[in-house]
Amino acid sequence: MTTYLLTMQLELTLFAKASDTYVATDLGYLLHKNPARVFSRAISAGTVTVFYSETTETRCTAVLYVDVDPIALVRGKNKQDSGLLDQYVNTRPYVANSILSVAINKSFAQSMAGKSKDRQALAEQSLSFNAVVGPVDCQGDEEFVLSLFEPLGYSCSVNSVGKGVAGNLFSIHLSASVRLADLLNQLYVLIPVLDNSKHWWVDEDEVENLFNKGGPWLAQHPKRDLITKRALKHRRELADILLDRLSVFDDSQEPTEEEANITAGKTQPTVADTRSEPQVRLHDQRLEKVAQLLQQHAVNRVLDIGCGEGKLIKRLLKNPQFTNIVGVDPSIRSLRKAREIFYLEDAGLALNERLQFQLGSLTYADRRLRGFDAATLVEVIEHIDQNRLIALERSLFGDARPGLIIVTTPNSDYNALFEKLSAGEFRHDDHRFEWSREEFNAWCNKIASEYGYNVHTEPLGPVDDQYGAPSQLAAFTVDMAGAQIA
Amino acid sequence: MKLAIPDFALVCLIGASGSGKSGFAAQHFTATEVVSSDECRARVTDDATTLDANEDTFELLQYIASMRLKRRMLTVIDATSVQKADRAHLVSLGRRFHALPVAIVLDLDPALCEERNKQRKDRTVKTNVAQRHSKSLRKNLRGLQKEGFRQVYILRSLDEIESVSITREPLWTDQRGEHGPFDIIGDVHGCYEELSELLLSLGYVFDQAYEDNESLLSARHPQGRQAFFVGDITDRGPRNRDCLRLVMGMCANGTARIVVGNHDYKLLQYLRGKKVNLTHGLDLTAAELSDCSDEFRQQVSKFIYDIRSHQWLDDGNLVIAHAGLKESMHGRGSGAVRSFAMFGETSGAVDEFGLPVRLEWARDYRGKASVVFGHTPVPDAQWLNNTICLDTGCVFGGKLTALRWPEKEIIEVNAHKEYATPVKPIAAVRGFSAQQDHDLLLYFDDFVAKQRIECRLGRAVTIPEENALAALESMSRFGIDPRWLIYLPPTMAACPTTPSGAYLEHPQQALEHYRSRGIKQLVAEEKHMGSRALLVVTRNPEVASSRFGTDDGKAGVVYTRTGKAYFNDDALEAQIIARISAAMQASGLWQELKTDWVLLDAELLPWSAKALEMINAQYLTTAIAAENSANMLLEALRHRTLTEELSQLKEKAVLQQSNAQELEKVVGGYCWPVNSIEDYRIAPFHILAVEGRVFVDQPHSWHMQFLEKLAAEDAVLTTTGWKEINPFNDDDCESLITWWTEHTGNGGEGLVLKPMAFTVRGSKGLIQPAMKMRGKEYLRIIYGPDYDMPHNIERLRDRGLGKKFSLAEREYVLGLEGLYRFVENAPLAEVHACALGVLALESEPVDPRL
Repeated sequence: MTTYLLTMQLELTLFAKASDTYVATDLGYLLHKNPARVFSRAISAGTVTVFYSETTETRCTAVLYVDVDPIALVRGKNKQDSGLLDQYVNTRPYVANSILSVAINKSFAQSMAGKSKDRQALAEQSLSFNAVVGPVDCQGDEEFVLSLFEPLGYSCSVNSVGKGVAGNLFSIHLSASVRLADLLNQLYVLIPVLDNSKHWWVDEDEVENLFNKGGPWLAQHPKRDLITKRALKHRRELADILLDRLSVFDDSQEPTEEEANITAGKTQPTVADTRSEPQVRLHDQRLEKVAQLLQQHAVNRVLDIGCGEGKLIKRLLKNPQFTNIVGVDPSIRSLRKAREIFYLEDAGLALNERLQFQLGSLTYADRRLRGFDAATLVEVIEHIDQNRLIALERSLFGDARPGLIIVTTPNSDYNALFEKLSAGEFRHDDHRFEWSREEFNAWCNKIASEYGYNVHTEPLGPVDDQYGAPSQLAAFTVDMAGAQIA
Repeated sequence: MKLAIPDFALVCLIGASGSGKSGFAAQHFTATEVVSSDECRARVTDDATTLDANEDTFELLQYIASMRLKRRMLTVIDATSVQKADRAHLVSLGRRFHALPVAIVLDLDPALCEERNKQRKDRTVKTNVAQRHSKSLRKNLRGLQKEGFRQVYILRSLDEIESVSITREPLWTDQRGEHGPFDIIGDVHGCYEELSELLLSLGYVFDQAYEDNESLLSARHPQGRQAFFVGDITDRGPRNRDCLRLVMGMCANGTARIVVGNHDYKLLQYLRGKKVNLTHGLDLTAAELSDCSDEFRQQVSKFIYDIRSHQWLDDGNLVIAHAGLKESMHGRGSGAVRSFAMFGETSGAVDEFGLPVRLEWARDYRGKASVVFGHTPVPDAQWLNNTICLDTGCVFGGKLTALRWPEKEIIEVNAHKEYATPVKPIAAVRGFSAQQDHDLLLYFDDFVAKQRIECRLGRAVTIPEENALAALESMSRFGIDPRWLIYLPPTMAACPTTPSGAYLEHPQQALEHYRSRGIKQLVAEEKHMGSRALLVVTRNPEVASSRFGTDDGKAGVVYTRTGKAYFNDDALEAQIIARISAAMQASGLWQELKTDWVLLDAELLPWSAKALEMINAQYLTTAIAAENSANMLLEALRHRTLTEELSQLKEKAVLQQSNAQELEKVVGGYCWPVNSIEDYRIAPFHILAVEGRVFVDQPHSWHMQFLEKLAAEDAVLTTTGWKEINPFNDDDCESLITWWTEHTGNGGEGLVLKPMAFTVRGSKGLIQPAMKMRGKEYLRIIYGPDYDMPHNIERLRDRGLGKKFSLAEREYVLGLEGLYRFVENAPLAEVHACALGVLALESEPVDPRL
């Protein structure tokens, strides 16, 4: 035996009453593992051990144990594949995750297929089982665990083992009268869903795999959307294929809950607001409004600052009025994505001369940003620390000085209407501040007079009588008479 | 025949095909200096005779030539250039790079050329080509000067060509061999009394008593210093003639130098009878001179005519020009250079006073040479991006200013009265220095390209572009105000790996590392386990504003090793700064170190103050999961008989359980609740810098002693245990190991071993400035709770330290370079480049566990 780490485990207990036609130790036949022996086999991530912790006629428990090689997890299979940027010390080797699914599949393949060489009738029968999985570093709370298992007929209890520190570290106890094959398949599919990760590559073969392991129970599961999404590593296009295939089993089309409720706060921050926005695509409204304003001002050369992946630019590009569009963003990743979206690598000179993306930042000035007709900052300023806004003011209004500057930002008054936001909370993790209408107006007026601009502000989005619109917009136009001031 | 050409010029060899240009070029110039059209043609066509590629050929020729000219390299064009239009391209190319165009014409008998062409083996030239060339050339031969060639040499026979020898002479403006020392004096404008007073206070002695006549005056410095006038000697002031007498006299006997100002130039125009408006004070000069003799006026005229536009001095480290000069013009010659040097750059626009709007070249100046100039009156002479304006408006009632070079000391005398009223009021004195005002903004485009930063403590450090961009992104999103961010600390290398046994790191290997490099004096210091923090502390917000150019009302900041604010709570930060500032006061350190600000390098405790969320989510959760895994297994094994295989499993589970508990314990030792400032502990271990000093030349014992004095003043400060160690002394080594074993056994992170002298250079470069020796239990935080299980630890020993050592060294010299620059009042962009550089290097893929 190697000296890797001891880790995640699954305990399966079969119960049998005196009146039953079978004894609990028949579990050995169902699993094709003799209760008197200890089984070990190597899998790529380590070693699986199966042994029985109790073997009476009324209770028989098989323990499946995975012994993971933590250093291989970090180093990757070869040295070049360093995995260097991962956290080194993490729960991965110690908690039930997709490696446990692999171990179940490797150890109990026959059982998962519903076969038993010596007890086929038992294998096809629902029997009284207990299963314990743990520890689970669950991406979701206790309610979430229940919502996965209870619809499948399990009575489920979730024990927190996190000592009050590790929020969602659980051991999960299931009991039901169930076919062993169903139990194993359900665990196989749902363990990685609890963990919200998968250590293997996901493609159409995995869709096939999940279709086979899932079948009717998954098709009818109220959390079907969430399960397929997580099980396919959030690859929407694959999830759609799987859902489509599962629909052959499906006769009820109940709407399913959105996953966002469970993982709020754990999503990666993106520039667009994600946490709480009204049903109407507010962001589309914003972009439309900004594009209209640019058109009305008859500007040609436009800077889109904080362009992200280029959503606004996509609208502007269609209009020949805009002869030069430059997207600026501090994120290398966003710009790489934007260049891909617009196929700039393969596009001809004409597009490349008209549209450029460049890395830049609002807390630095940039000589390359001088001489433009207009600049737009759509939901950008709130991502800058308030005490660094002065650098933005100096660089954009003082140094770059485009003729027209359009700024949009959330209206914090409106937050009162978002149920999920508690007072003082922002709409997005990376928001450094959110301004009320009054605060925004005050800032706009201060900047306008300091730097020689005229300013006009207006609400953006559907207007509430008391709280205004969800977003607010300011259009600054350079004041020719006041230009000397700057 | 001797041809004297400038050592920086665009030399055009002109002559018909067959006139022998290429041979001439090979004889008088090096192969790399010559750009030949034949060769360029061959490059673009594979055939030196193809004629349908003229356009591409000349584009390539001009491109090569322009790269050389940009770098101020003499360039010789070997092309026929018999057409006026072709020559016009070359002249404009020269002008673009401010290189004097020189024409050397080989005007031979066309019959001779034809004969030679026939004998050429490399290619065939059509007959009559030379005839045609020659005809076309001779048509314009007399107009070459007019075309823009500043020197024209026409060689008309083989003998003449044979007899040529070419010498190269520096341009008049190239005075790099002159090192001064200089006393550079701003715009005088006829203020004779103030000028005399200034010269006296600079230590000059007049050669003669003043007499009211036309004879030249002079003064000299006993130590042989030279006065250097930035031009504008006359106009507006009361004694223009006397100023001319003195400046001309001093220049004549070599005790002064001068560059030409716009007023001087206009005076010259006037004296030469050109029509000029007698305005802007020229009327006064003209009136004074009209009382003088013709001889004197001619003398003045000749004097001004000979003055250069600018001078490039002191090995290229100093440029003096009346209105300043862009880097691309230094030591070059063209009408544009002369015009820029006299008038500055304007766009043609005028302001509300009718004065030309001047482009602020100094804001964009990033050159190596210091540029000293005058021209635009300013309230105070202040450095900005390595440039300084000395026109402090004496004639407008301001002062006359001199700059001592190389001392960079400023000497001023006040104007005796306001002799003239400025058209536009002189900009008021601002709260910030000119440099600080400029540094309110840093320019992204100054940092995007691949950078190579010369570091005085070591070699130059290269920052790859993609790393620089990553650093800019991080700084943009999370960085504190760059004006506070004067330094980022280097990463510290782990000691070499223990080759076998229960330890991965142990003092033996660190001792051996330094011993093998012959370092006899080391210091061992306790390594606190908290978060690295840099503390900039000043006496008060006013000091901060005047020294750091900040305007956020803070008296100091605390930031992390990646340049983020340490505290989210400004009030708490202010409290801590105030406490340390008070401790500096109470301990007398402000006085003792002659400063009113200090940069401390410290560890801020507890770890949990900054990292509680991460500690819980990452370290404790892992420990609990590991423990729970083991518990579950032990529970399952409890009721059954154990096979040998299962006994081994059980043994391992017990070990895993205890390792997990060790991890929990060691993490717990670094955590305690913080409810107020009293719950924090700050352990400074370096006094990195104060006004005028970077203390990396002081031994660590010096730092420790000063910091102990500081810590005695306030309980929020804590000391760092330390010990002097000689690695060649067995008792010292033994005591170090004992200390380390005890310290880490009690939950301490470990110890750091450093050369006592702070910065030590060895034969192969910098000696590692510090090395950490981390404890066995602490390393569970780094490598995981079960890293020391036998199978695991053996594999972890292979942990390539070379990269880490190199990274630590580069970050060390780079970080300190930035700090030196700050202490020397360099422009913020130069300080910031180093801080960004350290952050950029941190994105190199080096194992972060080391």
